[in-house]
This record gives sequence, C-alpha cells and structure tokens, in this order.
Amino acid sequence: MRRFGDLDVAEEALQEALVEALVRWPREGEPRNAAAWLTSVARSKAIDRLRRRQRRPDKESAAANLETLPADEIEELTESLDAAGVADDQLALILLCCHPALNNDAQVALTLRSVAGLSTDEIARAYVVDVATMAQRLVRAKNKIRTAGIPFGVPHRERLDERIDAVMQVVYLVFNEGYASSREDAFIRHDLCGEAIRLGRTLHALVPDHAEVTGLLALMLLADARAPGRLDAHGDLVTLELQDRTRWRRGQIQEGVGLLQRAMSTKHTGRYQIEAAIAALHSAAPSADATDWTQIDALYQSLLRYVPTPVVALNGAVARAMARDPESGLAMIDEMIDLDEMDRWYLLHSTRAELLRRAGRVDDARAEFSRAVVLAPSETERNFLSNRLAALD
Amino acid sequence: MKYMLLIAIDPTDMPEANADGGYDMSAEYYAFTQRIIASGELVAGDPLHDATTATTVRVRNGSTTLTDGPFAETKEQLGGYYIVDVASLDRALELAAEIPGAKGGSVEVRPIMEMSGVREAS
Repeated sequence: MRRFGDLDVAEEALQEALVEALVRWPREGEPRNAAAWLTSVARSKAIDRLRRRQRRPDKESAAANLETLPADEIEELTESLDAAGVADDQLALILLCCHPALNNDAQVALTLRSVAGLSTDEIARAYVVDVATMAQRLVRAKNKIRTAGIPFGVPHRERLDERIDAVMQVVYLVFNEGYASSREDAFIRHDLCGEAIRLGRTLHALVPDHAEVTGLLALMLLADARAPGRLDAHGDLVTLELQDRTRWRRGQIQEGVGLLQRAMSTKHTGRYQIEAAIAALHSAAPSADATDWTQIDALYQSLLRYVPTPVVALNGAVARAMARDPESGLAMIDEMIDLDEMDRWYLLHSTRAELLRRAGRVDDARAEFSRAVVLAPSETERNFLSNRLAALD
Repeated sequence: MKYMLLIAIDPTDMPEANADGGYDMSAEYYAFTQRIIASGELVAGDPLHDATTATTVRVRNGSTTLTDGPFAETKEQLGGYYIVDVASLDRALELAAEIPGAKGGSVEVRPIMEMSGVREAS
C-alpha cells in the first residue's frame, strides 16, 4: 500500500502471499522473519499485478521474480524489514481506512473489510443493507483513495492526534451499532461489539500511551460486559436496574476498570474516559440501589462539556433524576433539549414517560409512552414500551 | 499530484474595486500565494469577478442558450481558484485550510485528471 497507493492491489497481493505461505512453509519450514517474508513476497506479487494492469512488458520481471527463490534467500534480501515496520504499516492501514476525507459509512465499511477482515457479505448483513450496496460503497471508497491521492503512512504528532480521533470515532460507531441492536439480532447480524473491541485492542497495542484510546477500549469492555444481562429468556429488553448482575462478565469489568485507571493516571482526560468512568460506576455497583448516581450525575456534567448533544443531555437527565428526583430530571430535559425539533426521537418520549411515571404524573406518562410506541424502531423496543404503557393502568 | 482548490464564498466577501478600478488582493491572500510560489507548489491561481458578471452557456439539440448568471444559484459562489502540485491529498487539504476563503466559505479540493495526451487523427 505504501508503494502502490491502491488498496485493492495491496490486499490481493497479501492474500496471495498468505496462500503461498500456507503451501510453502510446511514444506520448507517457516522463515525466521515471517512478516518480512510475507511483505516482500506480497510486494513482488503486487508489482506483477500492476505490470499486468498497465500492460507494460518488463524485461526484468524474470530476474525480479522473488516468488521462485527459496525462503532463506528471501530472508537475506529483506533483513532491513523489522517488526516495527510491520506495526507501522498496520497503524497506517487503520489511519487510511478512517481518513477524514472519507464519509463515516465508507470509513466503517473499509475498516471492517480491510482491518477487521470481514467479508462484504458479513458487513452488509451487520448493517442490514444488501450486498450490492455495500460492495458499491467499498468500491467508491477505494476509488476515492486512489484517485484523490489519500496517502498511506503515519503522520507526525499534531496530525497523528487528529487522525487517531477519526479512528476512535469509527470504532465507537461500530460498537454503538452493535450495542443498539438486540442480542438475537446481533447473532444474525454479526457481533459488531466484538469486532469493535478487537479493533480497539489493535489500536491500543499500537499506541499504548494514548489515554483516550485506552479509555475507549475500557468503555467498550465495560459496556459489553453487561450484554448477558440485557435480554431476558424471551428475548425482551431488561432495563439496567432490573438486570441480573450475576450474569455480567466480571473478568471483563475488571479488565475495563484496570485500563481506565491506567488512562486516568496520565491526566489527559477526554470524553471516552468520562464515559468509561460512568460505565465503571454502573458495573461496579453490586445492585441497582447501590449505584453512585451522584457521582454519575457529576460525570455527565463533565461529559456535556465535551459532547453537548441531545443524547448525552438525555442520559444526564436520567442521572440527575436518579441522584435527586424525577422533577429535576424533567427540568433538565426541558432546559437542554428542543422538544419540537426532537419530537420524532423515540428515546426522548420514552425517557420523559418514565420520569413522568415516577413523578406520579400518570396521564402525561401515558401520552408519552403512546408516542414512544409509535416511534420505536424495533419490535423488541415496541414490546417493551407497550408493556410499560399497559402497566400504568 | 495536481489538485484544483475551488474557493466558494459569500459574494459580499469579494474585494472592492479601488479608485482606479483595480483590485487589491488582500494581504492574507497575497501572503498565502507568495508562500506556495516559494515552495514550488503553485501551478496557477486567480480570483474571479463575482457571479453577477457570469454568463452561462448551454447547448441542447444544437441550440445554444445563454443565461445571465452562474450555472448554479447557490448562496456560496465561486470566487477564485488555485492549482497546486503536491505529494498527496493531505498536503492539498492543508493548503486549502490556509486559504482565507476557507474561514467563512468553503474550499473544494478536486484531483485533476492526468490526460495522457491528445491523439491526433491520422
């Protein structure tokens, strides 16, 4: 990719090299520097592909045909390549897929395809679009990389931070897509949360001192740890306060907390660390009643400074309601969210409905639950809200 | 690689003519232009008179229509361009961000097609 500026050629060449490795290494033994071997074989295959594409006859191709050399001779030729070079390429690939010149859909598709290694079919199913659409999205994105000259490489410090921000945004998008879908859905659609966590681990390994990257990984581990408790035996949603906490993945929670502590020790706070801290407070509480809502309320106030969006305001209002009383939460919603503009947002109505119920304003709650049912995006959520509506009477 | 940087701005941001009918490039544009001349990245660049001075030509079924004005009626209009020759998109994007018009308006960065030459009819 570094030499050819064309993701397709590089990808296909690497796959061919891997296939050849699978064939040759059992016969000849694995070369000492496997990564270097792969890279150099992939490179020569890529050169061949490009030559075939441009239809330029090359007299040197016979001599330069590295594929026919035995493994130990290739090693000698490529001693200059080292593990750090391969890691650099891996970071460069992730940065490339998440380049800001590509839109979010393109970034997500490319990252899942070229970094996570999902097939086009798997990605299409995960995002509930048909395969042709997803394939077209990938083709357009690769075309833009090639035609617009999006470079492959790891930029210097100031630029690198911006680019890593873009990667974190993509990983977070993938995680949220997975988290928002119901568990049974995820089974058919693919475990996007798992993929996002894997991507997060890869990124963390590449930039281990980056506080927000560490924070993001912690956040995902902590949120995903609760997955086994989120649906009941019928496949219906269980709210956080009613979940069976014994089903949560304790080991994963421990790992998440450890990572968060590491991140916070750098004193470079940011939105992902704050979100992770909120998740940690939930996960650490042995029961819903023991939840430190006052702390969570304070954390949401901090988070709003970084991410002043309706979603965060809504969640902050819930925390405010739990820390003080339902009326305070409702007041915060009214203050921070434009109810007219956001009228089609079902979560706004379901949240207000719940707070109104707790405040004893049953008629208002009924109206809000009804509206939420109409706007709910999935059957799981529709059932949940309908049950709540019925329970009012 | 060559890129065109198309500067789209609010018409009221265009420079005013001075006493003898000429236009003074703003100090910021001048400084930017000088920088990319010095770096060897500038290929070409010009400001354009505003969109009210434009005439749009369309030929349909052999018949030519002229319209008084730009090809698209949008709030932001083309105010000028640069053509730069740089290593990759990242550098072109950096330069675009330095263009004064990017502050209130938009700069579109488009790669230029490298044509391999005109084939002559034998």
